[in-house]
Amino acid sequence: MTDMSQDALEIAGVRYRSRLLVGTGKYKDMDETREAIEASGAEIVTVAIRRTNIGQNPNEPNLLDVVSPERYTILPNTAGCYTAEDAVRTCRLARELLDGHKLVKLEVLADDKTLFPNVIETIKAAEVLIKDGFDVMVYTSDDPIIARQLADMGCVAVMPLAGLIGSGLGICNPFNLRIILEEATVPVLVDAGVGTASDAAIAMELGCAGVLMNSAIAHAQKPVLMAEAMKHAILAGRGAYLAGRMPRKLYASASSPLDGTFF
Amino acid sequence: MQIQLNGEAYSLENPLTLAELVERLGLGGKRLAIELNLEIIPRSQYPDTRLAEGDRVEIVHAIGGG
Repeated sequence: MTDMSQDALEIAGVRYRSRLLVGTGKYKDMDETREAIEASGAEIVTVAIRRTNIGQNPNEPNLLDVVSPERYTILPNTAGCYTAEDAVRTCRLARELLDGHKLVKLEVLADDKTLFPNVIETIKAAEVLIKDGFDVMVYTSDDPIIARQLADMGCVAVMPLAGLIGSGLGICNPFNLRIILEEATVPVLVDAGVGTASDAAIAMELGCAGVLMNSAIAHAQKPVLMAEAMKHAILAGRGAYLAGRMPRKLYASASSPLDGTFF
Repeated sequence: MQIQLNGEAYSLENPLTLAELVERLGLGGKRLAIELNLEIIPRSQYPDTRLAEGDRVEIVHAIGGG
């Protein structure tokens, strides 16, 4: 297993052992969030940036106390942003919140029914953020031309959707992902669409550098167990990719020798 | 005087500093970031930043998200 023991995901010059990135949304409570994230083995964990509740219980647990920046690489997202301007503003607030932290997940949405990315605004935001010194991991459509453009601009990772955010529909267009992967110059991670462990394994078998997921774990019947299943799926898929699968054949090929039969 | 705090009108008897506002809200020592009139104010400047009538203050923190 030499390949697997040395295997690492490198993003913006930092090496991570886990290729599973997880979100922190949609959990029942903070305890479930913490347990699921621990079980997933993820090292990079996404958070959203929102207004503080003024006048409400100031003692309610803070997410960053549960998912501490000392233990995890926090990946603030720009979820909910529909313009480049809002996304840039969110990233700058996140940088201040996290003491100068540069790694962000850029997503600029186009439509609340599909949560499809607005790639035009995404590119605009990426330009400003990269110039401003951010390391941008970018959520995008599975359009290979846009993916290439985002990598060429200097995004540190390109993260095409495999299915709509929160849909759990799995890897809807493996062929586009294959094209994106074939020409990748930066890590390509599937972000969105994964519904269960086999989806994550398929993404990894295709050659993805990693998978980012939230709903598939948080909305499972048993989130902590699913988090662990996803950890194994990512490892299994990565291992299979590195091992190289056998060719597909139309007809059978016996595994037991035909010589020496006694009947 | 009145300011806009996280999108809502908020009354102050006297012009507090950002540090004083944070304390008053019970948010002292919490992980947060503040934008004053669309400009991010570094934490170190909270004690020296005095609020004025009509200021728009946004106080944000990290919550669960994907």
